[in-house]
This record gives sequence, C-alpha cells and structure tokens, in this order.
Amino acid sequence: MATVEIPKEQKAEVPSFSSPATDKPTTITLRIARSNPSEGTLTKFDEFKIPVQKWTTVLEAILYVKQNFDHSVAVRYSCRQASCGSCGMKINGKPSLACYTKISELDSNIITVEPMNNFPIIRDLTVDFKQLFSTHKKMKPFVISEESEITSGTKESIQTPKDLEKFLQFSYCIKCGLCNSACPTMSTDSSFIGPQGLTQAYRYVADNRDKGTKERLKIVDQSHGIWRCHFAGSCSHVCPKGVDPAMAIQMLRGYLLGFGK
Amino acid sequence: MRESIIMKIHYGTALGAVALVAVHILFRMTQKFSDSLQYQNVLANYHFLPYALMLEVVLVLLAVHGFNGLRVILLELKQGVAYERVINYGSIAAMAILIAYGSRTILMAGMGI
Repeated sequence: MATVEIPKEQKAEVPSFSSPATDKPTTITLRIARSNPSEGTLTKFDEFKIPVQKWTTVLEAILYVKQNFDHSVAVRYSCRQASCGSCGMKINGKPSLACYTKISELDSNIITVEPMNNFPIIRDLTVDFKQLFSTHKKMKPFVISEESEITSGTKESIQTPKDLEKFLQFSYCIKCGLCNSACPTMSTDSSFIGPQGLTQAYRYVADNRDKGTKERLKIVDQSHGIWRCHFAGSCSHVCPKGVDPAMAIQMLRGYLLGFGK
Repeated sequence: MRESIIMKIHYGTALGAVALVAVHILFRMTQKFSDSLQYQNVLANYHFLPYALMLEVVLVLLAVHGFNGLRVILLELKQGVAYERVINYGSIAAMAILIAYGSRTILMAGMGI
C-alpha cells in the first residue's frame, strides 16, 4: 500500500483540546452575565464548569448550562448555523455569534458571555432589537423601481457579474447586530443610524436596478446619520458574514460628496 | 441645512485653514521668531492689506471649522430635540461672536486705532 509523507510544515498543529475519538473532554469555566433590568437587578456573573470537545460552540455550552444547571438563563437562538443572526453576544469581550464561535478557538479556559453593547437588555444575554429593525426598515430595504411590477410583458432585470459584485457582500447581512454592538459612535450617540442601517442603505444604492438613491441618501444625510461615523472599522472586524460596513459607509459618503455613480 | 453640505463646508474650511496657516507660518519665518513678535512688526502685518485680509479669512475658516467640530462632538455626547437645537444655534452664535470680535481687532489694528 502506498503511503504519502506529509511535509513537516504542512502537518496540522495538535490542538490543546482533546481528540474526539480518544481523550476525555476538557472542562472550562463559563461565566454568564445575569441581569433583569425590568426588576432593577444589577449584573452579576454566574459560573459553571462545562465539559467541552474541540467542536463545542459557545451556544452549545450555554444550552448545556440550561439543560443541566440553570434553565432560567435567557438566551436567544434559532438556526445554530450563523444564518439567523439571533445569538449575538459578547464572548470574552468581543461581539460574536455564539453558534459560530468554537470554545477551542478562544484559547482560554474561562469564557465570559455578556449581552451585546449598545442595545437595551431584556434579560441575561437577550437584547432588544427594536431599534435595529426599525432603522433597517427606514432604509427601505427593497429595490425601488417602476419596472419591478410584474406584468405579462415583464422581462427579467439583467445584471452583469460586475453589477452584482458592487452590492453582493452587503446583501449577506443577517441583522445580527454585532456591528452596531461594536460601534464606538453608537455607544455615545443613541440616535446614530449605525453601521447595519448604513450598510443596507448602500446595498440598495449600489444596486443598478434600484431607483431610490435620492430617497435613501436623504435619510442617511442627517445630523445623526452617515457623517457621525468615525471609521473605527470595528463593525467590519466583528461581522460574522464577511460584510464590510466601514467600506459601505465610505462608499455612501462618496455618493453624498458627489464621487459616486 | 443638509448635513452633507455642512460637512463639505467643514472639510473645505479645514483644507483652507491648513493652506492659509501654512502661509502665515512661512511669513513668520522671513525673520527671527522673536522679531516677528515685536510690537511694530505685529502691527505692520495688520497695516498690510492683503495680509490683514488673509488673517480675516483664517479667522472665518477656523471659527466655522472649530465651532462646527464642537457642535458635532456635543451632538454625539447627548441627544434630545431641545438640546440639539441649543447646540446648533449656540454654535452659530459662537461663530458669529468670534468672527465679529476678531474682525474688530483686525480692523482696529489695521486702522491704527
């Protein structure tokens, strides 16, 4: 039987976490922020010892706590595959999706989970998305075009790959709110539209089928709109879907300064 | 006024101020720094009409840019309809007062009063 020798530099590093087939699971400490603002309780951290495998995600660890130690931990989740954007939270200080963050990748035996910044807390890890969704709606997240009405003679709206490329990555947004949570402007300016809303505005402005550019630019061009972005770039850094809101904001500014289209 | 127009003014005044302050600094370098601060030399700047006009323009550019910058910072610090109105009108008033006071100085020095 022929064997293939893997060169040394190509060999994968041995993870510090146990191999699934052979070793026992590692134990980590999960610190969960607990608070209930409606009852005026201050935030405290509850600690739980959790057995984890190298594939265990933070969400699975939280669900383990709910199943075995304390079922009252409030956490929002749904798809468990980074598609629904429900399980956003601060994991060891960084806004991340709990279902998309493996504990083995965090390089720590103590994992601290807290609710996202810049959102009102409902309870424990669950935050209120009301403002995020209302801002998203204000951006008119749909193609505005007279030709969008379907009649018997309607033909498909042709787009070249180049046209698509202009907005494609921005349409990957799952409205998880991580970008808004990481935004330093949002932490002081509660009226700021935020990277999520601005990115959605750009997504449709950059779409060549859309005729609503003027309407959208008017919405973002206000005192708490696009000009309040400081270009910290943390929104792009935390996005789990590879969207670059900081770039969208700069491109949108280009339109307002007369460099776009 | 739309925020994009305000920000265009903001960026424009910044560029203008950098250019004119550079000219101002270069003028200071035509002589020793201590000499440039001599009473007669300072007064001579104001008596030279193009230079006095340049100082007036620098005053306007810096007042507009500075107070708009302050307005932006204050709007980010706190929100509210009444508060924002006070900040917006307050910064316009502060700009006008500073320009008026600075212009008065330039005029008085220029006319030798």
